[in-house]
Parts: sequence; structure tokens; C-alpha cells
Amino acid sequence: MSRRLLAVLHARNLEFLRDRATLGWNVLLPVILVIAMALIFGGPERPLFKVGVLHAGESIDKSLHPFLGTQYVEFFTVSDEPDAVKKVARHQMDLLLDLRAAPRYWVNTDSPQGYIVEKLLLESDPSGIRREAVTGQAVRYVDWLLPGILGMNMMFSCLFGVGWVVVRYRKSGFLKRLRATPLSALEFISAQVLSRLILIMLVTVLVFASLRLVLHFHMEGSALLLFVVALLGAISLIAIGLFVAARFTSEELASGILNFITWPMMLLSGVWFSLEGSAEWLRWIAKIFPLTQMLEAARAIMLDGAGLADVAPQLFFLAFTAGLFLSLGATFFRWRAD
Amino acid sequence: MNDSRPPFRMRESRHSTRMPAILEARQLVKHYGDIVAVDGVSFMVEEGTCFGLLGPNGAGKTTAVEIMEGILPATSGEVWYRGEPAGRRFREEAGIQFQRTALQDFLTVRECLTLFRHLYPRGADVDQIIRACALEKLQDRDNRKLSGGQQQRLLLGIALVNDPALLFLDEPTTGLDPQARRNFWDLIAGIKARNKTVILTTHYMEEAYYLCDTIAIMDHGHIIAMGSPAQLLREHFEDVILELPREDFRLERASLPFQVLEGTEHVEISTPNVDITLRYLMDAQVPLKRLRIRPRNLEDLFLELTGKELRA
Repeated sequence: MSRRLLAVLHARNLEFLRDRATLGWNVLLPVILVIAMALIFGGPERPLFKVGVLHAGESIDKSLHPFLGTQYVEFFTVSDEPDAVKKVARHQMDLLLDLRAAPRYWVNTDSPQGYIVEKLLLESDPSGIRREAVTGQAVRYVDWLLPGILGMNMMFSCLFGVGWVVVRYRKSGFLKRLRATPLSALEFISAQVLSRLILIMLVTVLVFASLRLVLHFHMEGSALLLFVVALLGAISLIAIGLFVAARFTSEELASGILNFITWPMMLLSGVWFSLEGSAEWLRWIAKIFPLTQMLEAARAIMLDGAGLADVAPQLFFLAFTAGLFLSLGATFFRWRAD
Repeated sequence: MNDSRPPFRMRESRHSTRMPAILEARQLVKHYGDIVAVDGVSFMVEEGTCFGLLGPNGAGKTTAVEIMEGILPATSGEVWYRGEPAGRRFREEAGIQFQRTALQDFLTVRECLTLFRHLYPRGADVDQIIRACALEKLQDRDNRKLSGGQQQRLLLGIALVNDPALLFLDEPTTGLDPQARRNFWDLIAGIKARNKTVILTTHYMEEAYYLCDTIAIMDHGHIIAMGSPAQLLREHFEDVILELPREDFRLERASLPFQVLEGTEHVEISTPNVDITLRYLMDAQVPLKRLRIRPRNLEDLFLELTGKELRA
């Protein structure tokens, strides 16, 4: 690594680490959000038993099975059998009832809720119904939410921490001063990427490890693979920030454009809630965001124990967008403000 | 534009022997849309000299200098350094101080110098720079907490980290108080004494006179005069100025056969012959107790050539 790149990297790291307010906010924000969400959604999870029903119709007809008339149980139609079984395994659904041909049901043998609902089912249908046992630990909302919050924090830090800062450097004339030295645009950009990458990964790993101790959240898959997903996701997001910052000289304009990019990602990438069940076109739009790909891969690893092959499409997408936006950013990069 | 027009060349120098040209601007042109900021500027700067570029606001001097520095691309024209087109060698051997430069937040004076020192393959020791720019007591201070003069000394230090053979200073003392300005001049004089070449843009005629071996005056994108300060004054003026308090000057302007300029407090009489002028004044019984005679200076030359007054 060149001496010039290391010098710029070191100076940027000092600037970031000494800006205590920003550093503190970068660390504290995700911790506060995750703990707040855990407190809000961490009490009794559901007042009712939840039973998914696989059947041919659109709405549930109580005459289909005597169990459907049971009080204090919420019945709802599901169509995707593998997905519904996964929800039973994660304790997100207490029981899955299939009334399409020969009746059968899935219940999680580790779930106390499932045990009670199964008793109610067998009470209402003593004739006998085929049982499919499922196992798996409960996945709380906080388990699902955690990757979203950390991903969102990475997104803001990468986009604003690089994009806004580079625009500020250009406006203040600092980039012009660097232009008068042998430093190349590639060296400057690489230093910015590396600086933000090192800092955001350190912060994310620190917050992740601390919250694991406090919240004991779900972690089924490989921590190393999760790290790789986060790393590629961060590079992709930093690259977008650099692309936005490549030419602008107005912090207000850059800030507006960065907001224009971050808000749809925050709302549509599945940070707070899943887009499952929403319109097909909306889900396709969400797919183009690096944050969506990063969160899908992270949740698959953390909640389902997905391996490298399972998240390869997301990794490829993140690597592609990182390469694309870094190239565009380097091509259009401008040192001067005028 | 006439490409065969020869570049201005210093015809007289305070140095007794001619040094080789370290930098040469060849027919530099810069357009901003329909506006021509620099229009065919050519000159040579000899090694070991201080070259001053003067001009009113908007004359094109900063644009011309930024083209030479490699910061701004020229619409046409070339800049040569040591006999070849300015390239990587120029970037490594030139030091630049801009009019205004913000540095990275939270970095101390020493860290700023160290950062820039590491951007060059060769250069001066940071401690040496700190001593040369009188920054010893400020080296651990956040660069944002420096006064104007201290900030300019730091920026000069940054321009010196690569021990440059050629130093560009763009209005380095604008906004400084007289004492800080004088201190800065001493620093530049020390750098000159080490046979470094300095290219200086300034609004201060006194500064140009004190530091520069050669000056070029720019207006409307052209160089309109160039030479040593003494040579230019000799070429453009044969007269001296007699200055009287306004209340002592009891004559009608038209009664004197010389150019008279009446200010709010003083009257200036421009004359090629002091004896005759004094005789006129004595005949008119003008009190001469507070009379001052001064030679023409660079500010007079500037006003003569551009018709504008320089402002900091």
C-alpha cells in the first residue's frame, strides 16, 4: 500500500476518531434502537395462538374443520407451504394446518404455545390427523430486527460519512490543496473507502458482540460469512456515497441526494418490517438496493444458518454494485470546487 | 492570437548573471464560456529569483497561476518546467500556497505537516519546517484554532514540506496585520536566500517591491508590463511627486503647468522638474514647510497602467 494512501487514511481516521460526537452517535444509535425495539416488542409476543391454514379457498370457512371454530385462536390463510413450515420452526406460527387433501398439521415440539394449540386441535378432532413434527428455536422480532438496524446504521455511516465529507473537503478547498501534491485520485478514493470501511466494521462488530451478550439473539450460521456479507455491503454503500460525492460542491445538494437514496432504502429494504405480502413490483424495486441484498443474506445466515452457496447471489450483487459505483466515482471524481 | 509572439523575458535582474529558466508559460489561454480570463500569457521565470504577478481583482492572475500550478487546465498553451512540459517532476518539486485552504478538522499543526510530507517522495524534515516557520509553540494545536498569521505560516510550512525548488505563493499576506505581514516577508526572504524560486501574486505593492526581482502586471487577462520594479519605474515615469497639505495649497490648479491631483487631505503635484515647480510655488507664496517630495512607486505605476486602485 502506498505511503501516500496510508498518510491520507491515517489523517482521516484521526479526524473521525477525534470527532467524539459523531463517533459516539455512530456507536450509540444502533444500540439505542435495538434495545428500544427489544423493550417495545419484547413482552408477551402475541395475545392469541396463531394457526396458519393451507387450503384451496381465499377465506377460511369454519365448516371445513371443527378446529376452525375454536375461540381465542387466530386462523389465517397461507399459500407457501415451505415458508409456513419455516415460520412454525421459528415459533412465528404456533401450528400449521393443511386441509387441502388428507388433513395433516405441523407443530414445533420445542414450542410451549404449539403444545397447547396441538392439544386443542386433537380435542376437536379425535378421529386422528397426521402429525408432522418440526423443531427450531423461537425467533423473536428483535432477532429479525437486529440485522436491519445494524445495516441501516452502516448505510447512513457509509453514505453520509463518505459522501458528505468528500463534498465538504471539496467545498473548503482541501481537495484542491491535495490536487497540488503527487496524490492521485485513486489513492485518495481508496483511502476514504478504507478509512470508513475499517471504522464502520469495527463499530458494527463491537455493537454486534455487545448486543449478543445482552440480547442473546439468534445466530445459526457462520459469523465469518456474516462478516463477509457486511464487508461487501459496506463497500457497496461507500461506493454509492463516493459516486454521489464525485462532483458536487454543495453540501445541501449532496445531503438532499443522499437522503433521496437512503430513505427508500430504509423503508423498502426490510429494515423494520418484511415486504412479504406486498405488491410484486415493490419487492422488485427493493431488490435493486444493496441494503436489501445485504439484509436478506444476513438474515438468512443468522436465522436460517444459510451457507456460502445460499447467499452467493447476494454477495455477487454487492460485489457488482461496489465495483460499478467505485469505477463511476473514480471516473467522475473532481478535485476542484469550480 | 499570435503564436509567434515571444514570451516576456526579464531584461534586468538584481542578479548579476543570468540563471536558466525554471518555469516557462507559453501562450496560456483560459476561457470560461464567453469570458476570456487569461489571454495569451507568456513569460519565463529564472531560477533563484522571485517573480511577482500583480493585477487588480479579476485581472486573471490567480487563473494564470493555477494553470501553471497544474490545478486548472488551460484552454490552450503550455507550461514548461526545467525544459520539459510540466509533469510529475514539477508536482514533486513545486510547493504551493493557495489564497485560502481549509485543512482537515481535528488535526494538529504537526499532523497536518506530517500528512503532506508523506505525500512526497522527498522533502524536508518536519521539525525543520516547524522551526523555519516559527511554529514550535503551535505544533500541538488544532489547526482550526490558529490566528490568521499563524494559519498562513502553517500553509507556508505545508508548501515547504517537499523542500521545493519552486514555490508558488498566492496572495499569502492578504488579511494579515502589518506585523504578521512583515514577519511573513522575512520568512520568504529567508527562503529566497536559499536560492529557491518564488512566484508570488499579491495586492501589496510594498510586498512586491520588497520581495520581487521581476514583476509582471496583468489586466484583462494580458501582461501589460514586465521587468524589475526599478526598471519599470524608470521606463514609465520621469517625474516625482510633490505632496502638500491641502490647506497650504492656495493656488488654482490651472495656474500650474503640471498635473495636480487634489485629495481630501493632500494635493499631489506631478513634475519632471522640481526646481521649476518649487519656484512656481514660492512665487505664489505657498508655505513649503510641510512639503514632501517622493519618487514614483509601484502603486503609481499600477494606477498609471490599469487606472484602478489595488485593494487587499
